[in-house]
Amino acid sequence: MSLLGAALSLMIGAASVGVTAGLLAPVTVRAGLVGAMTAVTGLGGAVVGAAALAGHRLVLDLPHLLPLSRLVISVDPLSGVFLLIVGGTAIAAGVYAVGYSSHPDHGPGDPTEPGHGVASRTSQAALPAFVAAMLLVPIAANVTTFLVFWELMALASLVLVLAEHRARAEVREAGIWYAAMTHAGLVVILLGLVVFAGAAGGESFAAMRLAAPELSPATRSIVFCLTFAGFASKAGVVPLHVWLPRAHPEAPSHVSALMSSAMVTLGLYGILRVAFDLLGGGPSWWGVLMLVVGALSAVYGVLQAFVATDLKRLLAYSTTENVGLMLVGVGAAGLFGADGNRTLAGLLLAAALLHAVNHAAFKTLLFLVAGSVLRSTGLRDLDRMGGLVARMPLTTALAAVGALCAAALPPGNGFVSEWLLLQGLTHSLSAQGSVHVLTAVLMPLAVGVVALTAGLGVATFVKAFGVGFLARARSPEAGHAVESPRTMTAGMVFAAAGCAALAVAPTLAAGPLTRIIATLPSLTGRAESPPVGGDAITLRLAGIQGSMSPALIALGLAVAAAVVAIAPRHRRARRPAPIWGCGGNRLNPRMEYTATSFAEPLTRVFDDVLHPEEDVDVTHHRESRYLIESVQFRHRVDDRIEARLYPPLIAAVSGWGRYARRAQNGSVHRYLGYGFVGLLLVLVVVGVSA
Amino acid sequence: MVSLLGKILRTGRVAEPAPSRAAPAPDQAGPLGGSVQVRHVDAGSCNGCELELVAAFSPVYDAERYGVRLVASPRHADALVVTGPVTRNMADPLRKTYEATPAPKRVVALGDCACDCGVFAGAYGVEGAVGDVVPVDVEIRGCPPPPEVIVAALRGLTGR
Amino acid sequence: MSAPAAMGALAVAVQLGTVVAGAPLLVGVMRQVRARMEGRVGPGVTQPWRDLHKLAGKESISPDGTSWVFRSAPTVLVASSLLIAAVAPYVSTILPLDPTADLFAVVALLLLGTGALALAGLDTGTAFGGMGASRAMTVAALAEPTILMAGFALSARVGSSNLGALVEGSLRSPTIVVSPAGLLAAVALAVVIAAETGRLPVDNPSTHLELTMIHEAMVLEYAGRDLALVELASALRLTVLLGLWANLFLPWGVATTLHPGALAIGLIVIAAKVLLLGAALAAGEVFLAKWRLFRVPELLAGSFVFGVLAVTVSFFLA
Repeated sequence: MSLLGAALSLMIGAASVGVTAGLLAPVTVRAGLVGAMTAVTGLGGAVVGAAALAGHRLVLDLPHLLPLSRLVISVDPLSGVFLLIVGGTAIAAGVYAVGYSSHPDHGPGDPTEPGHGVASRTSQAALPAFVAAMLLVPIAANVTTFLVFWELMALASLVLVLAEHRARAEVREAGIWYAAMTHAGLVVILLGLVVFAGAAGGESFAAMRLAAPELSPATRSIVFCLTFAGFASKAGVVPLHVWLPRAHPEAPSHVSALMSSAMVTLGLYGILRVAFDLLGGGPSWWGVLMLVVGALSAVYGVLQAFVATDLKRLLAYSTTENVGLMLVGVGAAGLFGADGNRTLAGLLLAAALLHAVNHAAFKTLLFLVAGSVLRSTGLRDLDRMGGLVARMPLTTALAAVGALCAAALPPGNGFVSEWLLLQGLTHSLSAQGSVHVLTAVLMPLAVGVVALTAGLGVATFVKAFGVGFLARARSPEAGHAVESPRTMTAGMVFAAAGCAALAVAPTLAAGPLTRIIATLPSLTGRAESPPVGGDAITLRLAGIQGSMSPALIALGLAVAAAVVAIAPRHRRARRPAPIWGCGGNRLNPRMEYTATSFAEPLTRVFDDVLHPEEDVDVTHHRESRYLIESVQFRHRVDDRIEARLYPPLIAAVSGWGRYARRAQNGSVHRYLGYGFVGLLLVLVVVGVSA
Repeated sequence: MVSLLGKILRTGRVAEPAPSRAAPAPDQAGPLGGSVQVRHVDAGSCNGCELELVAAFSPVYDAERYGVRLVASPRHADALVVTGPVTRNMADPLRKTYEATPAPKRVVALGDCACDCGVFAGAYGVEGAVGDVVPVDVEIRGCPPPPEVIVAALRGLTGR
Repeated sequence: MSAPAAMGALAVAVQLGTVVAGAPLLVGVMRQVRARMEGRVGPGVTQPWRDLHKLAGKESISPDGTSWVFRSAPTVLVASSLLIAAVAPYVSTILPLDPTADLFAVVALLLLGTGALALAGLDTGTAFGGMGASRAMTVAALAEPTILMAGFALSARVGSSNLGALVEGSLRSPTIVVSPAGLLAAVALAVVIAAETGRLPVDNPSTHLELTMIHEAMVLEYAGRDLALVELASALRLTVLLGLWANLFLPWGVATTLHPGALAIGLIVIAAKVLLLGAALAAGEVFLAKWRLFRVPELLAGSFVFGVLAVTVSFFLA
């Protein structure tokens, strides 16, 4: 049995044991067993992914496992990178879940306590199932298999989102939003793939790939639009992102990490697999559509993240931002692939994929950090946090690593992939070959969008880290924080190590990226030369005179910092002193800048987009209206796209539901009549078409 | 802008020539060699001394040419220039300012009131002279002291 | 070590040394120019060095409640500027660390310093520190698109965003410097340099009024050696940015080999260019007042439009 087979068996076996343990094990050992099994499942998946990236392939055809269809599994480099993402995230989240789910203070009795419900049988059993489903989605190789695992992933994650539904009403609301969005997405994907498979005359991916060039352009575009809409809703792309900022904050934090780092990226996988692998690429407007949607998501996501005061909501919007950046890369790759500029397409695709991996690493870390804070203080509200650097030093240090990477600053890993993306976009105009006018208009805008996103991203994570963790505690809860148990810090340290490895040695990804790109010949040609190359230190680009050495930058910074720290020697000792309060003595934590006040200048700059709502209520004194009894000030920034787009849609759906209710009056005769008419119609259609 | 430029060119240099340095100051500001950042603290002054202090930093007297500069925070300062008799409300802030200033530091009592409470001596709201609250290194007499005297005293600190 | 490698290492060392030694002098020259235009005598160009020397000998202060972030931010700030000073093509276009000298990487390194200082401002927990951090990040976030857009315009014509290649490109065909794209990019970059280094009309480097501060507000709690590092870093940032601008738009004189004579000329020429630019900047500032904070985005948006125009022009007129 090959390495791939062994790893696959390990993955499935561990997941089964995990699900069983979740259902049957007593509560004292349940969390430990399930977490360990989840991590092992992830390990198996990561090994499969790494082997696939190293060039191993595997096709499994199990005809009897699925009724009416066959279960087909195929492992190739494209699935490999997503297996690695899911697997790596699952290892960190699994280890972390051991500590997170077994809270000593929260007995099973009190459902109002935060964290209650995470340890329940259903949510424990759903965790390994969720991970296994996510690991099976990228290797599914026919429509039925794919959809079954896709839906299993959606259901398992829904159960996990709802884990704390007894504790907070918002969890239920988030669950409803998530269920509705994910199933609307499923319906669209199902439609798209059914049209595709029907036109191709077979539902295995191999048959569809073979038949795709013969399909009519209209069919191809319909399939693309339907599947793109469905996958985009999973990827949290504007305007289908509304479930993200609800479900991510309300889910248990390791689940948020899995959803945000792994599941959302599978939306990107779906787009790549269907549009560029199965359909074999398309006209340039596909690329333009993806580019525009991605750019909108990136800017809108980062703006909302910047004004968010809920740490996990901030991270959720940051996911929308990063997926937007990936889509910008994929869309530009599609555009250049259609124009025949395959070197650039390969580079941009490599940038998008590397960013997916990097994003998974730092977003896992950050969600786990947010979970540690939540578990220790019960707080997600940045305005009430602060001072954690003294009480949770390790978590704060790890948060700093995550924030550095997420802000895309050197020497973090996010910088490397954003740099690649910028290189690909900026060299679109100077690349050899004719340049489309469309490209000349779109690329400056795309670069502007990426740049604005980068700038706002730095501001966002300075805010999240600076306000959330530094200075003094803004609430008693934050003042009594304690460091997390060891399993939780182990999960976070693993994720941070992943970030560090990706940050200093991205050149290791050059070979695997080349292999992935070779699986998408429609886009990038038979890429003989790797899009990204170089030696162990320096990253070099194909076709462009450009290079960068993340390791050298990190080393240079370290050396310079060491020189600065040593060189002019301290002649006098450092002295602690009270904070300078301009001579006053009542400097208290309420005077600190909060997340809201930090974001205020940019909120004002972007008030046309954000439309912050502000209310001032002044209550006058009873005896004189010149005296004021109290002033109330409320400031909130709503998601404007959601507020504008969704209420009419929801009203229309519920109106239609009311209308449809008239057809259902409880009369058996009428139901029989419906059945009869329906059967008649089917017969007529069949008769006519035959 | 052109008119401003014309004015700049017409005006030329307004700073008066530097008077020769008086006898080397006792302090000679060893560690502060040629650079003294000054934080001004108004401990209850009538603002007469402030006017003269501002004049000392104006283009005409240009105290900056000797390496003195006014700064916004005692953390950045080497010397505190305190004016006025120290009122009860300002005694504590003055102590805090002194405490907030990194060593080595100097305190300059500017004006008669700062040196010995001047006409306000014994008033009910006055805590005492600056020297009663924080250790004073340099005293500048006068009510108010003229800018030349202030500049000369500050030169004693910078040693230039 | 082979002779070219040794020469390269020497060039880097000399460049780094000159930038470090010269940055406070540049600030001194700028203050002196301003003083003379105000009718003053001025403290002399070596005054910033006197200030730094004195500050280095004073005690640092750790305000209560601050953490390692506050203590390490000045080091990070200086380190990021030093790294730029070591890799960017000031003296010669073929320095040994050239593969790292990418325009986007340099911009990101500057942003790293800004972010570190903003975190330090937040770490103090004072209202002024937070205010400065918030404003600094606002300006930095809005300046970022302009910088990258100007970088786009510059790299589109050369086909690389490597700084050495950009400077060599300008050297080879000097007409692109005075082309519309080149001029627009120069204006856009000049505006962002003023914003990034906290010069007028974005920020007033010599203000004493906390409510108008951006950069100063973040560093109000620093004292002694920490403050010396912060001041050195802001001088370094100003110097490296002016040096970059000088070599990107006025590249003449920079060495394209590692020949000692060429390097010496390159060193003298870049020093002269930066000093002249600094003097011009200081003279220009005399005519400006600080803008309201909420007019700064208009300035930056304007320079962003210049950047976009530069890119578009470079494509359509190419």
